[in-house]
Amino acid sequence: MTVEAPVVELREVSRTFAAGDVSVPALRDASMSIDRGEYVAVIGPSGSGKSTMLNVIGLLDRPTKGSYILEGIDTSTLNEGQRAGLRSRRIGFVFQSFHLLAHRSVIENVLLSTIYNGMARPDRVPAAEAALVEVGLAHRMDFLPTKLSGGERQRVAIARALVTRPAILLADEPTGNLDSATGGAVLDLFDELRAQGLTLVVVTHDTEVSEHADRAVHLRDGRIEVES
Amino acid sequence: MTNVVVSVGADAVAPARMSPRDLAAEAVAGIFARPGRTVLTVLGTVLGIGALVATLGVAKTAGNQIVGRFDELAATSVVVTNERGFFFGGGDVRIQIPADAEDRLLRLNGVTAVGAMGPVDVGGALVRSVPIPDPLAQTEFQMSVYGATPGLFGATRGALSTGRWFDWGHSERADRVAVLGTGSAQRLNVTRVDQQPVVFIGDEAFVVIGILDSVRRQPELLNAVILPEGTAREVYGYTSAATVQIEVEIGAASLIAEQASIALSPDEPTLLRVQKPPEPGDLRRDVEGDVNALFLVLGGVSLLVGAIGIANVTLVSVLERVGEIGLRRALGAARRHVAGQFLMESTAMGLVGGIIGASMGVLLVVAISATRTWTPVLDPWVPLAAPLVGAMTGLVAGLYPALRAASLEPVEALRSG
Repeated sequence: MTVEAPVVELREVSRTFAAGDVSVPALRDASMSIDRGEYVAVIGPSGSGKSTMLNVIGLLDRPTKGSYILEGIDTSTLNEGQRAGLRSRRIGFVFQSFHLLAHRSVIENVLLSTIYNGMARPDRVPAAEAALVEVGLAHRMDFLPTKLSGGERQRVAIARALVTRPAILLADEPTGNLDSATGGAVLDLFDELRAQGLTLVVVTHDTEVSEHADRAVHLRDGRIEVES
Repeated sequence: MTNVVVSVGADAVAPARMSPRDLAAEAVAGIFARPGRTVLTVLGTVLGIGALVATLGVAKTAGNQIVGRFDELAATSVVVTNERGFFFGGGDVRIQIPADAEDRLLRLNGVTAVGAMGPVDVGGALVRSVPIPDPLAQTEFQMSVYGATPGLFGATRGALSTGRWFDWGHSERADRVAVLGTGSAQRLNVTRVDQQPVVFIGDEAFVVIGILDSVRRQPELLNAVILPEGTAREVYGYTSAATVQIEVEIGAASLIAEQASIALSPDEPTLLRVQKPPEPGDLRRDVEGDVNALFLVLGGVSLLVGAIGIANVTLVSVLERVGEIGLRRALGAARRHVAGQFLMESTAMGLVGGIIGASMGVLLVVAISATRTWTPVLDPWVPLAAPLVGAMTGLVAGLYPALRAASLEPVEALRSG
């Protein structure tokens, strides 16, 4: 029997921050795997290590112990340049505060992903347009982000994450800055993407968000408590 | 037992890459994100580069102008004296300048006019134009008296207001005649010569045959009484000229300067002192050097201030755009891409400042030249190199901010942005 390797595999991953002489463990011996097409919510109170886990999975941070295998590649052996390359091709980020460039139009913000990704120049604009159509913003392409509502801004950010067709979409409190109606629209969009086969990891402290996911990983004090 | 299929392509772990064109596009977009601030930032470089270009241009223009003005008169003048300089021991040991100095020098190719002159020792006698002292006015004056050869008139480019200059006949016959300089004529109250006025040096009387209105060389003649050489020799025991004024063709000055002392004193040419005009090249370099030294320092200081301005604004911009830097890192930008973007932004600002500054500097040179009716002169490499200097300034100024930007940890940057 042949099984495809999991997209994400954490093996006893620990991440300890040094604050002066004291070392603060943010993640302790966390092991889990996420298969292709899964929608996983990571929940827990603030300070429980959710964001640290997301940063490790997103290759923005290195574990101090243990190993992290992304699509069969042991990332601990990679240098900074290779990790940046993997980020640009295989990982999409969605942030709580959107992180859109205020002076660039919607489509220019989406195109930003493609310049570090090695995408051929003629392919870029069609890919960005397709991503914006996907998130339902075909009519807003030439707007500045400052002219958009919060829900629309977050959808621009999602389009920016999708344009490079990543293996996994990582969202850090994606509805944290949105009211329940627009937040609900973003979650509906995630459901659609899930249905199309995208692998999703959403970090949240909102149980309503986690209800959309296939399963939830509960973190407390840096340890995985329950997988439900 | 499960088989794990690992699909690792050849370039699955290829490092992040970014084309130079994208880098340039991002830098330009960064500059135009805040156009007002960019303009103010660039201003410092504009002033610095403008000052440098204008300085070099004005110095060059002024240098050329001075040479142009001096060339005509100074470059055609060679003066030989028998004065012994301080370094040769001074004293009264003077060698004689031969009486036929004019003939000897006129034979040299390139000499157009020769005249010899020297002070005449009249034993302290005063000069007056009327024989009887007038008690109400000063009528007797202490005046320089010169013995001169007929050719001196041409060699000094003299001009008469009235009368004539003496010739060889006057000199050989030792005629009692004199030419007055315009200053001495005024003091002696001699305005016309058609009634043959007489001046007295002591008790010796001389008929005034001409009044010298102006000379272009040896201006001391204008306040003197000038006697023919032969007359001075017979009346006052004048032995030798002290100064030989030679006019040469343009370009012949250096050659004639070498030959003149040999022609006048073949046995001991080194005892004569020869003054020749400075080489045009030397003169130009001197003037340029004087002007440049001062203003290049000013231009350099403005450029330094401009560089500090760019460094400052780029650093502020890095601090403001921490979130953007974090985002770019998350999207796959390597540290060098972030550093490259900020370096390119500061370099582009320096380049733009250099181009505008060079244009303004050139305009300034033209404007200054126009007010002085000079011909503007500028080395072509100056306006071409100026933008490069500006770009270098921007590059150096951006180094520290770019390193700061590159050293940001993406996690921290995303959190604080």
